[in-house]
Amino acid sequence: MYTHRTAEQIAADRQRYEEHQRIGLEFSPKTPPNPSLRPAPEPDTGSVAMSRSVPGGWYTTLHLAKGEVLRLVPQGPVSAVALAAWSSADTTERMNLPDTVKLQWTTELKKGRVVFSDMGRVMLSIVEDSSGAHDALTGGSTPATVAQYGDPNLRNTRDNMVLAAAKLGLDRRDLMPLLNLFAPVRVDAKGQFVWRSGMIGDADWVELRAEMDLSVALSNCPHPSDPRAGEVPAPLDVIKIKAVPVPPDDLCRTATPEAQRGFENNAKAEG
Amino acid sequence: MEQKFDIPAQKPWSGIVKKGQTIRIEDTYGQQAIDTIFYCADDYTERYSSQETLRAQGSAYITTGSKVMSTEGRVMLTVLADTSGRHDTSAGCCSCESNTVRFGHETLYQHACRENFILELGRYGMTKRDIVANINFFMNVPISANGAMTVDDGISAPGDHVEMRAEMDVLCVISNCPQINNPCNGFDPTPIRVVIEG
Repeated sequence: MYTHRTAEQIAADRQRYEEHQRIGLEFSPKTPPNPSLRPAPEPDTGSVAMSRSVPGGWYTTLHLAKGEVLRLVPQGPVSAVALAAWSSADTTERMNLPDTVKLQWTTELKKGRVVFSDMGRVMLSIVEDSSGAHDALTGGSTPATVAQYGDPNLRNTRDNMVLAAAKLGLDRRDLMPLLNLFAPVRVDAKGQFVWRSGMIGDADWVELRAEMDLSVALSNCPHPSDPRAGEVPAPLDVIKIKAVPVPPDDLCRTATPEAQRGFENNAKAEG
Repeated sequence: MEQKFDIPAQKPWSGIVKKGQTIRIEDTYGQQAIDTIFYCADDYTERYSSQETLRAQGSAYITTGSKVMSTEGRVMLTVLADTSGRHDTSAGCCSCESNTVRFGHETLYQHACRENFILELGRYGMTKRDIVANINFFMNVPISANGAMTVDDGISAPGDHVEMRAEMDVLCVISNCPQINNPCNGFDPTPIRVVIEG
């Protein structure tokens, strides 16, 4: 039998891992918060830095400075918003969803959770979220998934993201697995993906706080698993809210040991 | 013709699998995660897509019958045989940086799959930018109905293997995972074998 580590080393590492696992699976030490109430409140007077409406099927790009908050509000049903994100300072650092779900011991990203880059740093904090119904695993629509509906004008997220990347000076090499907001994809006990439509409703919204300067691409197309994926969705309101000081006990920064260490990595990178 | 490649513990490997050939990835000693990415051999900008693969098959793990899909929605390989039963493609590869978040800052200077991928991809003119979410053959990452996700003890026995047929010419890039902070390698990384036939 091939081996190069001692039984003592293996036992010590196993014990350390099982302690991380126990804490991680408990969302410890803080209890997850309740979802944000629907509808979203009006932003404070003077707090909006930018607001735009993205038509159904279309995409947009924007830059967020550290601390700014991105509010996303679909204006009707049949909407899933695909998101891609890169560090503006170095676009080879980008959103990494495998790390995001693995580091937080959950595929259910919702209020209180964060989104990690491939460099062990936090890119986004989910500071408000009415649904908790987001998909990190199965991606957006593609030319093939929309072809079945027979409408050649139906747009798709894959092409939108290639276009959005181009307008940020990037290309398809730079696209990563996408976060699909307002897409209630879950895994059942047999390992099959299921669409839990009851998790989303009218007036859902989410707010993501940038934890570093970011370039962001958004695609407003239905999720391919949505039973109404052949429809053109409602417009998406995209609102950028000015940065405000973050209190030391901020939920996203303190909810888990993993998030705390991620933010410590952010601080180190900022020098 | 049969080509055999013995890959030492903790090391990367890469090779071309031509359309119609099969590639067999063998977990020689059991419980060894084998991080794998495929690139279209004619155009490396078309590469493996975990999300496309999972959505197309409608289930969360790779096993016999799975079609390994590209970012352009094309079938790259088909899984013909799998003696282990279930492989992850949601949890990605380890890195020095993610290890600090998972296991503590003291793990920063430990070898990791991302280091292997960067060095191996460099031989083909690719960079960190080209690392995409990979397949973790023989890594056991159950996802619960409540979303909980954890790396559990591997379920592969010595000699377990997965066999795939290439449906296009592909570049296969492997990191024989060096992780010692979780059970994906039984806390003791081991050598593996790759066999290309046809």
